[in-house]
Amino acid sequence: MLKLENLTKRYNTGDLALQGIDLSIPNGQVLALIGPSGAGKSTLIRCINRLVEPTNGSAILNEVNLTKLSSRALRKSRRKMGMIFQEYALVERLTVMENVLSGRLGYVGFWKSFLRRFPKKDVNEAFRLLDRVGLLEMADKRADELSGGQRQRVGICRALIQDPDLLLVDEPTASLDPKTSRQIMRLINELCQERGLTAIINIHDVLLAQMFSQRIVGLALGNIVYDGSPEGLTPEVLTKIYGEEDWSATIEKVDDEDEEV
Amino acid sequence: MNNVSETLYPNNWKKPPFIKRSWLRWSIIIGSILYLIAALSSMDINIQRVLEGIPRGQRFIESFFPPNFSDNRGVVWEGILESIWMAIISTVAGIALSIPIGLGAARNLAPLWVYMTCRFIIAASRTFPEIILAIFAVKLFGFGPFAGFIALSLGTIGFFAKLLAEDIENSSPAQAEAVKATGANWFQWINYAIQPQVMPRMIGLSVYRLDINFRESAVVGIVGGGGIGATLNTAFSRYEFDTAAAILLVIIGIVMVLEYASSHLRKWVQ
Amino acid sequence: MVVQKKQDELIWKKRTTREQWINWFYWLIGISIVLFAWKIISDKTVWFFVQDAPRQAADIGSRMVPPKWSYSLELIKPVWDTINIATLGTVIAMIIAVPVAFCAARNTTPHSTVRIVALFIIVASRSVNSLIWALMLVFILGPGVLAGTVAIGLRSIGFCAKLIYESIEEIDANQVEAVKATGASNLQQMIYGIIPQVLPTIAGVGIYRWDINIRESTILGLVGAGGIGLQLNGSINTLAWTQVSTILLVILATVFVSEWVSAKVRGAII
Repeated sequence: MLKLENLTKRYNTGDLALQGIDLSIPNGQVLALIGPSGAGKSTLIRCINRLVEPTNGSAILNEVNLTKLSSRALRKSRRKMGMIFQEYALVERLTVMENVLSGRLGYVGFWKSFLRRFPKKDVNEAFRLLDRVGLLEMADKRADELSGGQRQRVGICRALIQDPDLLLVDEPTASLDPKTSRQIMRLINELCQERGLTAIINIHDVLLAQMFSQRIVGLALGNIVYDGSPEGLTPEVLTKIYGEEDWSATIEKVDDEDEEV
Repeated sequence: MNNVSETLYPNNWKKPPFIKRSWLRWSIIIGSILYLIAALSSMDINIQRVLEGIPRGQRFIESFFPPNFSDNRGVVWEGILESIWMAIISTVAGIALSIPIGLGAARNLAPLWVYMTCRFIIAASRTFPEIILAIFAVKLFGFGPFAGFIALSLGTIGFFAKLLAEDIENSSPAQAEAVKATGANWFQWINYAIQPQVMPRMIGLSVYRLDINFRESAVVGIVGGGGIGATLNTAFSRYEFDTAAAILLVIIGIVMVLEYASSHLRKWVQ
Repeated sequence: MVVQKKQDELIWKKRTTREQWINWFYWLIGISIVLFAWKIISDKTVWFFVQDAPRQAADIGSRMVPPKWSYSLELIKPVWDTINIATLGTVIAMIIAVPVAFCAARNTTPHSTVRIVALFIIVASRSVNSLIWALMLVFILGPGVLAGTVAIGLRSIGFCAKLIYESIEEIDANQVEAVKATGASNLQQMIYGIIPQVLPTIAGVGIYRWDINIRESTILGLVGAGGIGLQLNGSINTLAWTQVSTILLVILATVFVSEWVSAKVRGAII
């Protein structure tokens, strides 16, 4: 269960990126976060695992107040939060296997990780995950030899091998073509269902957000302006979030829903 | 997928080695060890002399605190100034000559015979370190900063023209093509398409070369080419370590100033 | 570039009038400095020697040809010494340069004081030419290969550390952030996020510096620090010009081979 209470972030430049966000996410829910660039979506996600330090408020994961943790305790908590990045953020010169195993760094001591001696069950799990996403033969290839979609799948494995309670996903499809985007979103959704994972997914493609999430939160200028089911996204709501536009082409009509999936 | 059993996946994994072919890897490792043994054993080190040298080295380091900045005969001051002026002149002259040679050494600009000639000139001036050029310059032109100036200028040409040519060859052909399509003549084409692309890096390189030339100017004096090198040599041979320390600190100081100026200049140009 | 309004017309000029004046002013200062420096240098030049130079050149040239080929057999050990000085010196320098670079880079330094010390080490090492280091070390450690190796090592620390730390500061922060998000400690972030990104640069810098050091090691013998420079010094002092040309050709060949090796290895690493 993730609870955000009055989460606020003001940058040094004076920009107020998040204005007292209150949000409750029950276990196992897949939530899509939509909104224009600069609305605060990336900031919100990063304030949860404190890659960005919030100015005020708290983020509470399963009774643990993340915002108050010391750096050692924070590292322990980060282990329980898997993050998937917009530009994959894989270490390009390391192999696929090393990238996936680096998800276990929070659990493994320095010397073991230096010598690449990970526990047997970690290695086993890494192979299993790579097979699940269809990349088993690529295990020893360098990360920069893979295509965009393949790299994103490695990023997903890295996040999942942490055995997290929470998945933080930052624009997973921003650099991918339409078909690959759908495949990745479908994969993330399936994996969350399989494991009962809670997930927050930043996404700018409203259609994909509707197709692959159970709940949608719309952010504009650091405030929540919509919180509800995917069906509730009418053109009026989209105007409130993004501004005036011809929104009818973006939203899937509710009766066509079954045909798409 | 046929088997979903978990035991199908391996429990062990090792990172693949950097050099994949094992014979290559082993021959490099063994070769390096053999080389190290051979090299170290061929260095006849006179332990006796080294042990004698330690207290001398200690005296040298002690003389840095404090260094002797008093310049009784004004030679140090004169030497430093000479080095500075020598560095400036050589850099300017060297770059001035490098521009036509660099333009001629760019494959995308010059016809083949011009290209080959210029590349030859560049290779010739790069082969020998400036000190060797200085030795010959002293033989030809006599002792003094003029010889140093010749040596450093030649060295500058090798350095600058090569990098200029490389930069021109790496510049965007699309931009060059676009300017050519307007019907510009050759000089205009250089001025509008090539120059703006290579200019920022060339400015940075000029200051870098000024830095190098100043450091080299401190050295050519050892063989008679003027500058602070001769003074430093004398100070050492007379065991005037504190004066030598002072000279070294001045050199380091000037290089620091040059570096500071260069990073500012580069930021301003970007 | 400015657009100005002048009596109802829009005029475009590259610079405002004020900027133009400042531009002229800088050029004026620059040219004055150059002319002043030239005057100082030429005052110290014995122009008779300069005019005489072509005759001298022809004279020396005729004495240098043909090179004394038989002498090259005596040069084998000196060349071996020269290569060792360069190689061992580069190895020592790289071992020290990598930690210094990590201390000097803004994003990996443990403390800002450490950073300042590291930056000073780099500047001090760079400012002093390897020949000057050799000069000092010959006094302390005695003539021979040891002084040369240490001189090359000391000089190379600054060069290598500077290029490495610049590369450390330019890494892709996203990759490191991703590793951080898994709960990795700072050290783990370094080995999984930072080091894989800078490893190719470190290797490239090492080879590059080795290549330059071969060239520098050839002349260290001029001050007695071992290598083929000793033969060069001896031959010049005894006016044995045919030997000198042999030595120069051998140096040329060595530099050529080392450059080829260096280019090949760097190509393989990238």
